[in-house]
Amino acid sequence: MRQLDASNNDPQKNGLTRELALTGYRRMLRIRWFEEEAMRRATAGEFSGMHSSSGQEAAIVGACLALRDDDYITGTHRSHGHPIGKGADLKPLMAELYGKSTGICKGRGGSMHLADRRVGIIGESAIVGGGIPLATGAGLSIQVRGTDQVSLCFFGDGAANQGTFGESLNLAAIWKLPVIFFCENNLYAISTSVARSHGQPDIARRAAGFNMPGVIVDGQDLGQVHGVTAEAVQRARSGEGPTLIEAKTYRFEEHCHNLQVPIAYRGAEELEHYKSQRDPLQLHRALLLKDAVTEIAIASIEQEVAAEVAEAVRFARESPLPDPQDVYEYLFSQPIHYPPEAVP
Amino acid sequence: MNSLQSVGKPRELTYLNAIVEAQREEMLRDERVILIGENIDIYGGSSLFDTFDEKRLRNVPISENSFTGMGVGAALTGLRPIVDLTIASFVYLASDQIINQAAKLRYMTGGQLSVPIVFRACTYYNICNAAQHSDRPYPFFMNVPGLKIVAPATPRDMKGLLKAAVRDDDPVLVFEDSNLWTKKEPVPDDPDFLVPIGKADVKRIGSDITLVSIAGCLPRVMLAADALQADGISAEVIDLRTLVPLDGETLLTSLAKTGRVVIADNSHRVGSVASEVSAVLSEEGFQYLRAPVRRVTTPAVQIPYSAALERPLYPNKERIVAAAKSLLQQDRAR
Repeated sequence: MRQLDASNNDPQKNGLTRELALTGYRRMLRIRWFEEEAMRRATAGEFSGMHSSSGQEAAIVGACLALRDDDYITGTHRSHGHPIGKGADLKPLMAELYGKSTGICKGRGGSMHLADRRVGIIGESAIVGGGIPLATGAGLSIQVRGTDQVSLCFFGDGAANQGTFGESLNLAAIWKLPVIFFCENNLYAISTSVARSHGQPDIARRAAGFNMPGVIVDGQDLGQVHGVTAEAVQRARSGEGPTLIEAKTYRFEEHCHNLQVPIAYRGAEELEHYKSQRDPLQLHRALLLKDAVTEIAIASIEQEVAAEVAEAVRFARESPLPDPQDVYEYLFSQPIHYPPEAVP
Repeated sequence: MNSLQSVGKPRELTYLNAIVEAQREEMLRDERVILIGENIDIYGGSSLFDTFDEKRLRNVPISENSFTGMGVGAALTGLRPIVDLTIASFVYLASDQIINQAAKLRYMTGGQLSVPIVFRACTYYNICNAAQHSDRPYPFFMNVPGLKIVAPATPRDMKGLLKAAVRDDDPVLVFEDSNLWTKKEPVPDDPDFLVPIGKADVKRIGSDITLVSIAGCLPRVMLAADALQADGISAEVIDLRTLVPLDGETLLTSLAKTGRVVIADNSHRVGSVASEVSAVLSEEGFQYLRAPVRRVTTPAVQIPYSAALERPLYPNKERIVAAAKSLLQQDRAR
């Protein structure tokens, strides 16, 4: 098990070129502003709740930047970040939140399931741990078909306590499947802390039990996450098998929009510390400036992202709702349904 | 191919060998087809190892939920896996991936994903295996939209339906019945022989009463039809074969002719396949009914170990005949 520290922050070493660093900033910002706008729209009653990834952007984008367009990803109920981090168009994602027919899932999936197949996503599972076997199966498929793709599985600290975690890591280890098990450890499964729910709070240490490498990485550091993931991707592509990566990160919002948690499960100071000192966007922005990227260049990215988010909302609002008569559509590959029952 | 087949006389095949032959043919035809299961090198697929290697025959550890989900993930990414869950009681361990992933992913992604996968599960009942190895869990999965379910009762149907399931673009559960393993009948060896999913089979034409057989009940239903015939009662026998989508048309056509229905189902009575067939016939065929629909099922009790306790629980010739006769008597009494 390796644990990376501040000495691993060299962007060059992490393979983070200037261009990738800028793309990374743009994608993190797209996630942050998409979700902040979505939270405002949800609060205004335009659609129902959502799970925000705010605070976890560097973990998501750092991992996605290490992947190719033809690689596979599975994600979680906190599903907005993964497609956006992989470069998806915002309009169908926002339209899905509004339950519109132009939504990425035609209004059948919603906020917990923003799977965009065009960027390689093969499921955003709201059954905690449910996506881990799927990603493992994509790895099996790659091996059988003999391509050099990889499969990356996003899951949370909560999922590490599901049976599928141990089962799937074992399956991937047996056959050296090209899978990257990527844990976004945001420290809380809703209100239950890792400290209260894990015998071994360093999830990556569990890799040893499956005879695969485990790495702990600072999930607020885009370059570090990218470097570690790129290394795991390289191992997977060259047939050396799976890697377990644990990105220590933090969730800025509540587990879910509109969820009132009646207990103080995390302290105000802790939250404030992460928001003020450990915000991945602020940290990365500072690094860009240090790397002689100009304020003007950054501001130009920010303007573009703001316009993109505004355009996504406009598109979503103006899109038509799905027709209730079409509710059986996409149930089967051919239009059959059972029992033959009229739509009320 | 031997000379017998070339003159149109198909060789006999057991139900068990029909399963192996269907898999072998589909694996030869389509390199995307793989087999995933526990101990497949000893049991179900052993002879397949003569033809295929471990790339496509994946012998897995005892991790039903994850190797089932692994099959789903492979189906999402270009393969057409067959997942052998062996004993049907183990399907519960895999049910999260079957229900929450396989059945839902096409729908909840608005058709972006396709899940062409076959889940095989064998029912092992009436052989003193007690409650945790004897389940016939077909009706559970009928309550899950997005799954197709077949339960073939003859070697011919097993081969044709299993092959059709492999070629289908949706998840298909194929329930086998270990009590039928040694049954033999002529089975076509045409590699493109298929039995369509969604079509019931009229096994015997009759006019007084319809006997609907579900899954492995068929041999007992046929015995019951013989016994009724000996008493001058003409029974039409329908083997349902596919549970989802249900072939309502064949059922209603038969009901319109006979006006009376007995449904034989090995699953537990409450929420059984028979319950669903009964509901469909009552709602859509009420005008044809000359007597109430009668279900002959397994009582809602756990399967006990002792043969003395277990044997009488399943639908048998006597119970089916008695149910049929009671309907005919009710009808006369009206």
